[in-house]
Amino acid sequence: MSTDTTKAAKAKSFFKSPARITLLVAGIFLLISVIENVTGAVDISSPGTSGATLRFAIPLLMAGLGGLWAERAGVINIGLEGMMIVGTWTAAWFGYLHGPWVGLLAAAVFGLASGFFHAVLTVKIGIDQAVSGLAINIIAAGAARYLSGIFFPPVGGDRTVSPPVDTLPSFTVPVIAPFLKSIDDKEIFFLSNVAGLLYGITKDLSIVTVGLLLFVPLTSWILWRSKFGLRMRFSGENPMAAESLGINVYRTRYIAISVSGMLASLGGAYLALVASSVYREGQTAGRGFIGLATVIFGNWRPSGVFAGSVLFGFTDALRVRQNESVMALILAAGVVALLVAIFYSISRRWKPAAAYFGIALFALWVNQRVETIPQEFVTVFPNFATLIVLTFLAQRLTPPAMAGMPYRRGSE
Amino acid sequence: MTKNKIFWGTVAPLAAILNSLVIVYIILKIRGVDPIEMFKLMISYGFDPRNLVSEINQTIAYYMAGVAAAIGFKMLLFNIGIDGQYRMGAFFGAVVGAAVNLPPVLHVLLIMVVAMLAGGLWAAIAGYLKVRRGISEVISNIMLNFIAAAIIAFLLSPSLLGSLPDGSQNLQTKPIPKSGQLPTIKAFDSEIYSFLFIAILVGVAYWVMLNKTIFGFNLRATGLSFRAARASGVNAPGMIFVTTVLSGAIAGLVGLGTLLSDTHSFSMAFPSGYAFTGLALALLGRNHPIGIFFAAFLWSFLERSAPVLEFEGVPPEIVIVMQGTIVLSIVVAYEVVARINLRQQQRAVGTANIEAKTEGASVKENK
Repeated sequence: MSTDTTKAAKAKSFFKSPARITLLVAGIFLLISVIENVTGAVDISSPGTSGATLRFAIPLLMAGLGGLWAERAGVINIGLEGMMIVGTWTAAWFGYLHGPWVGLLAAAVFGLASGFFHAVLTVKIGIDQAVSGLAINIIAAGAARYLSGIFFPPVGGDRTVSPPVDTLPSFTVPVIAPFLKSIDDKEIFFLSNVAGLLYGITKDLSIVTVGLLLFVPLTSWILWRSKFGLRMRFSGENPMAAESLGINVYRTRYIAISVSGMLASLGGAYLALVASSVYREGQTAGRGFIGLATVIFGNWRPSGVFAGSVLFGFTDALRVRQNESVMALILAAGVVALLVAIFYSISRRWKPAAAYFGIALFALWVNQRVETIPQEFVTVFPNFATLIVLTFLAQRLTPPAMAGMPYRRGSE
Repeated sequence: MTKNKIFWGTVAPLAAILNSLVIVYIILKIRGVDPIEMFKLMISYGFDPRNLVSEINQTIAYYMAGVAAAIGFKMLLFNIGIDGQYRMGAFFGAVVGAAVNLPPVLHVLLIMVVAMLAGGLWAAIAGYLKVRRGISEVISNIMLNFIAAAIIAFLLSPSLLGSLPDGSQNLQTKPIPKSGQLPTIKAFDSEIYSFLFIAILVGVAYWVMLNKTIFGFNLRATGLSFRAARASGVNAPGMIFVTTVLSGAIAGLVGLGTLLSDTHSFSMAFPSGYAFTGLALALLGRNHPIGIFFAAFLWSFLERSAPVLEFEGVPPEIVIVMQGTIVLSIVVAYEVVARINLRQQQRAVGTANIEAKTEGASVKENK
């Protein structure tokens, strides 16, 4: 369950034990601390960055979990983007009318409905899953704009922004957060960096963030510990066999896809209610597709989706901050690649060693020669990373065998 | 049988359009306006000669996207990367076109070749990943669309290939000189892109290629059954790759009508969303060049006539909803028709030899 990170490329067994993962995380922090001290890019582990990372990661996480639910049950959900739009719009409008909690609830309900719609089209009628998803994206975007044009009061002749919604309560974790802050302020090497990072995610924490994060362990538990999860995975791996063992594949998929819509929609609601306080046209900005990417990146596992969305959320957070941090990270990546290259040359595997050495050289070159990394490239990092993972690690990925394939009861 | 097919082939799209009209009717009714009045308004506005011209110009681009998607569909490929391929094509066509100086016809030809190459090469990435790595073209193309947009946005910066003309907020490539421009046809105080003829040519070429050449036969065969084609000696993976590239090359032409006859430079103002439109038109037009043409015209007609609704207090985005429902209705209709046909065949087979038939679901081919 913990082999999900893509770094599995290095040594698969290395990541099996929790102790080693802790070691790895500590190592990464150590590296970041060193880099920060060397380059003076203090933003990487600042509380601001970690807080922003979390805020950017949650919508991706929810879309990713949504994609995960659908694909584990055997149906690809390209409509995640549209379902997120449903979430942003309903959350903002109902939130404006009846308060943010109602907005959240409305997003969940309408998201469930949009997922159900996808299920009817793909499971019951059996149309192409990609067509259905794409059409949902288009209809959701069109409907949101149509409804905004009718309901929203015009702002400067424009009806693309909803009226503001009250914010949902947030809290700072007592005792721990002030303690972390005190360490962060002391500026001790390494320790302060870790504390600063943790401080960022423990202060002004929205209740919704915590609630939505719970969906990660919950999804894990359902997938691997519950009867329904077993049925769901079975429907995704081999619906014929599942049906022959008495599992109602259609019903399982109906439920899974509806939940998928709800999760994506909640991700959208988060954008409208927590990350900002309004609905804005184009607010989702392709996050549904990045959610789809995190599913691949996370190898169809909840913890992997979480890791992927944190990584992509992190790049998103850095994008709106400083270029120095991005540069420092590229340097860090170069150093890691160099270490891996050395690791491979010790075990005399020259091909990967050369490849990683090339990456290290490239990173170093970029760091020395290029002045600024264009924002565009930072923005598409998730898409690019996913393509790379697909290209070079496809053999290590374990997607549900029948995800995306049409299935009709009683036919082969 | 074939007669039956043609009948259903025309009835299904019409039923889909009718179905979405009903849905829009209900939505407008809820809005509190007279739907029939709205439709009349749209028709009179949309068939106004001047709007008609701009619709035809838009139809050209949509038609290209539709043909690109249809080539993919014939191979059961879902080319959702048309957006990225079209951007690549239009962008590099514009860049190269502005950089060289050639005699008139040659110049235009060069731009077209460059655009097709750029679109085709960009699609080749997805094709390679599909054939060699077994990666679904849907996922890779979605990612590639975003990456293409980013690359172009990056290259459009003034220090690289873009420039910011005086008084403009829009970064664009340097203008293509006169010799690389296509003339327009004057009609109703307005101008039709002469790229129209190239679009027609592409449509004819598509039909001939598909129905009259060995390549087209192999393509259709591989699309119908990968295994059977392979068994009879067709290089099926190679066909998939070539088809992807071909589809991308046609997609590279999508923006050229505007580029060669109107703007003469590529800018970020070039619209996006051609992937969905192209796929929708290929579905609606049943991958047939004439069907796609009507679908493309319907699409641009809806888009160009929608703004008139604004004055009646109806947001014009209702048209997007309508387009989405048309697509859904059409695929649902095909699915239902396919199932009816399947059942009829099964019944026919079943009555012919009851004893040979034990379970009624093994006739899967012949869709």
